[in-house]
Amino acid sequence: MTIAAPPYSLVAAFAERSRWRAIETVLWLCALLPFWLAPTHLQLASQIAITALFAISLDLILGYAGIVSMGHAAFFGLGAYTAGILSVKLGWGEPISGLLIAGLVAGIGGYLSSLVVCRFRHLALIMITLGIGVMLHEIANTSHGLTGGADGLQGIRTWKFLGVWSLDIYGYVAYSYALIVLFACFLVARRIVQSPFGLALKGIRENALRMPAIGAPSQSHLRKIYTIAAVMAGMAGAVLAQTTETVSLEVLSFQRSADVLVMLILGGTGRLYGGMIGAVIYMLARDHLSGLNPQYWYFWIGLLLIAVVTLLPNGILGGLARVRALNWIREMRLMPRRRAA
Amino acid sequence: MSTPALVTRALSKSFGSLAVTQNVEITVPHGARYALIGPNGAGKTTLINLMTGLIKPDLGSILLNGEDISALEPDARVKRGLTRTFQINQLFPNLSALEAVTLAVLERQRTSGVWWRRLPAFGAAIEEAHAILQSLRFGSDTERVTRELPYGRQRLLEIALALATKPKILLLDEPAAGVPKDESAELFQAIAALPSDITVLFIEHDMDLVFRFASRIIVLVAGAVLVEGTPAEISADPRVREVYLGKGHRHG
Ligand SMILES: Nc1ncnc2c1ncn2[C@@H]1O[C@H](COP(=O)(O)OP(=O)(O)OP(=O)(O)O)[C@@H](O)[C@H]1O
Ligand SMILES: [Mg+2]
Repeated sequence: MTIAAPPYSLVAAFAERSRWRAIETVLWLCALLPFWLAPTHLQLASQIAITALFAISLDLILGYAGIVSMGHAAFFGLGAYTAGILSVKLGWGEPISGLLIAGLVAGIGGYLSSLVVCRFRHLALIMITLGIGVMLHEIANTSHGLTGGADGLQGIRTWKFLGVWSLDIYGYVAYSYALIVLFACFLVARRIVQSPFGLALKGIRENALRMPAIGAPSQSHLRKIYTIAAVMAGMAGAVLAQTTETVSLEVLSFQRSADVLVMLILGGTGRLYGGMIGAVIYMLARDHLSGLNPQYWYFWIGLLLIAVVTLLPNGILGGLARVRALNWIREMRLMPRRRAA
Repeated sequence: MSTPALVTRALSKSFGSLAVTQNVEITVPHGARYALIGPNGAGKTTLINLMTGLIKPDLGSILLNGEDISALEPDARVKRGLTRTFQINQLFPNLSALEAVTLAVLERQRTSGVWWRRLPAFGAAIEEAHAILQSLRFGSDTERVTRELPYGRQRLLEIALALATKPKILLLDEPAAGVPKDESAELFQAIAALPSDITVLFIEHDMDLVFRFASRIIVLVAGAVLVEGTPAEISADPRVREVYLGKGHRHG
């Protein structure tokens, strides 16, 4: 038996695992490139940032707590309609407060549905999330007076950001705003997954049966993360409503729930960046391929999905990580000896 | 001490027509080392499931330090000091041993809901987890993911997770199941070395280990308590010989 490592190095190992890495700085700097490289496509970039945030919110519940949701658009839509209705019906178009109110409303919706959702697992859970999503879509469809129904919500006016910047046709302000909200929410999500609470979520994902046996209140953990994820999804929806100044029923559609799930699985679950990379690839591919042949593009997505889940079970990012893990494992093998010395 | 640590009253449970627990009345005093034995399918694991709240009894109640805990959820019972391990590993495959035990420590401290501070800020919990693993002589690879650990280490981790909850009563469901004989004695030595204020009830098939480490033995047959007594009484009891020892029953 080798000599056990002194505890201080263990804490250091935990710290090392959650350290901000250089590659992360590079990735986030890359997110600024569209301002120079694709100034005519900033609207698309903004859509991607919004979708990336939506994917992160799903990753928090799917990748960390193991909740498979087929109705996550419910919260995206709640946020979008809240921001839209605030402007159209109440005449309040201040974006930052609108964003927070939309997050709050989506969070309340998330908490209420979590009371039901988090009691179940597996197929029942998938069906309940699907059911809630479909119901909300139908409610929005029939509440014509409030939501505009199938015609969508028209006439949203987003006031100047911080009283200075108004939306421009190129999307400079829209993309800046979406990117800032994405980054802020990402930092919160990152903190969550590196916290004791994040560890508890992984515990639920890894073995839900064992958790109560170590005294863990799994249900309340799940309700909490479900609510947090709903807030983030709602904020993503609000940014969409505010930057495009319209809300259509599509924000609540099953398609949107399914798309974000596909993006997350393509990119890789349980690593935050997976959802973002999935969103970038998916949205760029859709923009490119649907331009060539609108009907056919889902064929390629289907093929890509099958290829990824069969060849790279942990998604694209998981595949990349595996290559790096080989180096890491090699280091790990050396570590105990180095410590004992 | 007058109030026993753990009492079951008229505990009964049936799965369909199969009566797996029949009017079981057990009293375990503080600090005792009890063994629960019986042939395969006698209902030993089911009894632990009932005590810990994993399944609900049809009839009867469970008292912890004189307090009726029958209505409590499993996690609430753990918080009161009643913790179990599993016959078949229930671990966290992609967490390291250290992470898993740290999680159990954090749950006990009720800090597992903290989402705004990073784990390294909880150095005391990490150090405690490490100390628990070392007290079981887990060795050096506490940072390896659980699914890559040798089976013997995984069995130790089962116990380490339970110890991290600071149990007053520890229910061990065949802690040495599947462990080679020389290692299982070592494992039981670690259990015997636990602080004497922890009450232990363990299930074990190996009679040598039972006689060495139990102060009293409960024999369960077909869901009912056949007899309870000291190791000497049990080994001399003709009924026990007949249903259990007579067959030369041995488990791996
Ligand atoms: N959830 C369940 N549903 C139906 N039958 C069950 C259930 N759990 C256990 N049983 C049955 O109850 C009986 C007792 O099972 P239990 O696991 O408690 O036995 P045991 O004494 O722990 O046996 P072993 O020594 O093999 O671990 C068995 O016949 C088993 O098949
Ligand atoms: Mg059993």
